[in-house]
Amino acid sequence: MHRVRTSVALLGLAAAAACSSGSTASAPSTAATGGSSPATSVGFQEQHKGGTLKLLAKSGGGTLDPKINYTLQYWQLYQATYDGLLAFKKVDGEASFTVVPDLAEALPEVTDGGKTYTFTLRKGIKFSNGADVTTKDVVASFKRIYSASTPTEGTFYNGIVGAAACIKTPAACDLSKGVVADPATNKVVINLVEPDPEFPYKLSVPHAAILPATAPPKDAGNVPIPTTGPYMFASYDPNRALTMVRNPYFKEWSHDAQPAGYSDSIVESFGLTVEAAVTAVENGQADWVYDPPPADRLNEIGTKYTAQAHVNPLTAFYYLPMNTRLAPFDNVKVRQAINLAVDRNAAVKLFGGTQLAQPVCTFLPPGFPGHVDDCQYTKGGGTTWSAPDLDKAKQLIKESGTAGMAVGIVVQDDEVNKAIGEYVQSLLTELGYKATLKPISANIQFTYIQNTKNKVQISLTAWYQDYPAASDFLNVLLSCASFTPGSDSSINIAGFCDKGIDAQMQDALVTERTDQKAADVKWGQVDKAVMTASPVVPLFTPKLIDFTSKRVGNYQFSKQFYMLVSQLWTK
Amino acid sequence: MAAVTVDGAPASRDLPAEQALPSPGPWRTALGQVRRNRAAMASAVVLVLIVVVCVAAPFYAHSVAHTDPFTSNVSGTTLVGGKTVPVLQPSTTGLGLGVTPLGPTWDVRHYFLGADNQGRDVMARLLYGGRNSLLIGVAAALLCCALATVIGVLAGYFGGAIDAVLSRLLDVVWAFPVYLLAICLSVVLLTSGLTIGPLHVGAGSLWLPVLIIAVVYVPYVARPLRGQVLALKNKEFIAATVGVGASDLSIMRRDLLPNVLPTVAVFLPLMTALSMLTESALSFLSVGVQPPQASWGTIINDGLGLLYTRPAVTLAPGIAVALTAVVLNLLGDGVREALDPRARLRGAG
Repeated sequence: MHRVRTSVALLGLAAAAACSSGSTASAPSTAATGGSSPATSVGFQEQHKGGTLKLLAKSGGGTLDPKINYTLQYWQLYQATYDGLLAFKKVDGEASFTVVPDLAEALPEVTDGGKTYTFTLRKGIKFSNGADVTTKDVVASFKRIYSASTPTEGTFYNGIVGAAACIKTPAACDLSKGVVADPATNKVVINLVEPDPEFPYKLSVPHAAILPATAPPKDAGNVPIPTTGPYMFASYDPNRALTMVRNPYFKEWSHDAQPAGYSDSIVESFGLTVEAAVTAVENGQADWVYDPPPADRLNEIGTKYTAQAHVNPLTAFYYLPMNTRLAPFDNVKVRQAINLAVDRNAAVKLFGGTQLAQPVCTFLPPGFPGHVDDCQYTKGGGTTWSAPDLDKAKQLIKESGTAGMAVGIVVQDDEVNKAIGEYVQSLLTELGYKATLKPISANIQFTYIQNTKNKVQISLTAWYQDYPAASDFLNVLLSCASFTPGSDSSINIAGFCDKGIDAQMQDALVTERTDQKAADVKWGQVDKAVMTASPVVPLFTPKLIDFTSKRVGNYQFSKQFYMLVSQLWTK
Repeated sequence: MAAVTVDGAPASRDLPAEQALPSPGPWRTALGQVRRNRAAMASAVVLVLIVVVCVAAPFYAHSVAHTDPFTSNVSGTTLVGGKTVPVLQPSTTGLGLGVTPLGPTWDVRHYFLGADNQGRDVMARLLYGGRNSLLIGVAAALLCCALATVIGVLAGYFGGAIDAVLSRLLDVVWAFPVYLLAICLSVVLLTSGLTIGPLHVGAGSLWLPVLIIAVVYVPYVARPLRGQVLALKNKEFIAATVGVGASDLSIMRRDLLPNVLPTVAVFLPLMTALSMLTESALSFLSVGVQPPQASWGTIINDGLGLLYTRPAVTLAPGIAVALTAVVLNLLGDGVREALDPRARLRGAG
C-alpha cells in the first residue's frame, strides 16, 4: 500500500500454506527486529478509558471509503473501525503478522485443494447504524470490490470465481458462484479459480472490509460508511478534520482481532504544517503527527524527546516509477541509466540519514521473502549498492539519443519528498534533460501519478507492504493486471507490462501453493528480471518515527498496520 | 514654443529675456535635488552595491567558491578550518536522527553562508537569486510603467469610447487583489507557458513572472497618469498646439509625454521595489521562479525547512529583499521630492 506497512517476512505464507492444505488455517508469526517501545498487552485496562486522542496530519488522505482508499493514513484508522472476515492480530511486534478470525467465528475451513474457503459469520455483531451484520452484507461487500473499482480488484481479488467478468463489466457483476452465502447457517463460501495461499492476507486488509449492503456501489467519497469496529466516523472534512467516536453498538468479540479502544474520541486534524504539528506535540497540544517529522527537527527529537520518539523499521521502499510508455522512459537504456545515476546515499541523507533509511538496489526490500542481495546498478558491480556510476549512465543516455528532452518529476509537496525531487531534477539536468519539478499536494499526488491521462513521466512515491509476501510488491506494483489506463487506481505507476515477467510471476504464485522456498527463489528471479527491465529506481527502505506526546501511553507498533491508534491511551 | 516646467507652466516668464539665467531644465534640477537628498544618495549607493555584487554572482560561484549553485551536492564535502567535512552532516548524538546542512563558515571560498538542504552554497545562490530578483523587479517595473504610460496617455487624451474601454479594462484588473491575481495567473501559466501569436514564453522562463507582475500592477500606474493627462489636456499650451494644427500623435509624444515622464520616473523605483516583493512572494509560494533557477523568494522557501537549525538560509535572502526594498523606496521618495514641485515647496517651507 501507499505509505503503509511493515516488515519482515517468513510468517506469512505458512499461514496460507496451512489454509491450502486443508482443515483450519492458522498464521504463525516469526521473529523480527523491533525498535519501538512495545507495551505488553494485558487486556483492556479500564482505568485508562476516556479522553480525546488528538492526531495531526498535514492534509487529508482522500476518500474515506475503505474499499478505495489505499493510504497508510487511513488504513491505520480503519483498523479501529472496519473489520473483515479475517484480520491481522492487533498487537505489538511480530505477532501482528498473524491472521486471526474477525467477523468470522473461526479461521476458514479450506477445501478443494485450497480453492474453497468456508467461513461462519459471527452472530450478534452490528454496524454502527444499528443494523446486524449478515451474510447479505458479506456478499454485497465482495461485489462492491468490483463495482467501486477497488485498487486491488485486479491483483488481490481477481481469483474469486466470477471476478474476471466483474472486473471487465462491473455493472453486470455476478459473483453467485464465487461468494455463496447461506443465511440460515450463517455460512459464507468463497470459491477461487485457483488456490491462492495469500488469500487469508487479502481478506485481512481494509479492501476486504465488510460494509453494509446498503453502502453505495461507487466510491462513497467523504461520506462515512457505517463501521463494525470500536469507533465510527462521525464527520469528515478533508480540509479540516476527521472525527471518530465510539461505535455505540460495538462489543468486543475478539481481543486479538478487534480490541476495544481507550479514547472516547479520536480527532485527526489537517492543515498544520509538519513543523507546527511537531511543536504542538512537543507542547502537549496534540498527541501524534502522521507525517514524518521535518528534517530540521529530527536532531531535536532524537536528543531532547527520546522517550517520545518511537523508531521502527519498515518493510517498504521509496522508489521512482518511470513511465515505460512515455519518452524518454520508454527506452530501457534511459531507465537503466537513471538507475545507474541515482545516488541512493543522497536520497538516504535527504530522508534523514542512515538511522532512518538504508539504500536499496532491488525491488523486494531486504529481509523480505524472495529478496536476494543483487545490484545491477552500482559502480563496479556487487551485490549491494555502493555508489552511482554517472559515466556509464551518461553513455547509455547518449546511446539512447534522448538527451535534451523535457522531463517532469511529480512529487508530493512535503519537505522530504520535495528535497528528493529536487535532487532528481538536478541529476536529470546533469544527465542532459530539461527537468522540471512538479510538487503537488500529498493528498492527490498518489492518485495523480497513477492516472495515465496526466502523462506523468517520472515520480517519487513509496510502497509499504500490504502483507508479508513478495507478490505484494512485484505482482501488485508491476503486473500487467495492475495497469489500468485512465484510472486513478492504476497502481502499476510505471505502466510496466512484460508478458514474460508476468508469466514468471504467475509461476511463482503457483509454486507458493506447494513450496514456499522454491517460490521465494522464483520471486528473487522475478526481481532480477524486473530490475533488468528497470521500470523503477528503488531508492531506500525507510524507518518510521512515531512522535507521540508525553501523555500518551500504551504505544504498540503492529508490524502489519503500524501504530495501533485505538490502543493509545491519554488518561 | 516656450520651455515648460513639469506642470506645464512657461519658465522664467516674470523676467525679461536678457536678465533670465539659462534654465537647467527639469531633469537636471531634479537630479540636483536628489543629490542633495542624503537618504536618497545613500540608498543609491547601497543599491548600486547590491546590483554590482549580484551581477558578480558567476564570478563568485566559479572563481571564488568553485561551486555550482544549481546542482545538488548532497554527498559532497568541503574544507572548514583545513579539515574536509561533509556538506550535509549526520547527527551523532542521541538517537542519531537527522542530517544538518553545514552552517556559515564565514570563509568566502567555502560555503560562506553555509549550505542548504541540497548541499548547495547559500552565498552563491543568494547572489544568483539576487540577479534574478533584481532582473525581474526592474524588467517588470519598466514593462508595467511603459504599458501604463501608453494606456494612461491614450485614455486621458482621447477620452470618450477609448477612455471608457481602457478604463474599464483597468477596473477589471484592479478589481482583483494583486497577489491573488498574480498567483492565479502564475498557476495557470506555469503549466504550459504563455503563447501570444508568435511570442512564446516557456513555463520555466523568468519572463513569465515579469509579464505577470507587470500586468497586475498596470492599473496602479495608469490611473494616476490618465488623471494627469486629463488635467494637462486643458492647459493653454496644449490648446495652442492644437491651434497650430499638430497631430494627435505629435501632441501626445511631444507635449504630453514629456510632462508625464517625471511622474513615471517617480513610479519606477517604487514599482521596482513592489515588483521585487511580489516576485519574492510568488517564488516563495512556488509559483514564481522555478527551480533550479533561484531568486530570493525561492531561497527563502528552501530555508523554511531549516529554520530551526540553519536560519541563515532564510534570513540572508530575507534581509536582502528587505534591504533592497527599503533602499528603492528611499530612492523613490527622493525622486518624488525632486520631481514634485509641491514636495519641494513643502521642503522649503
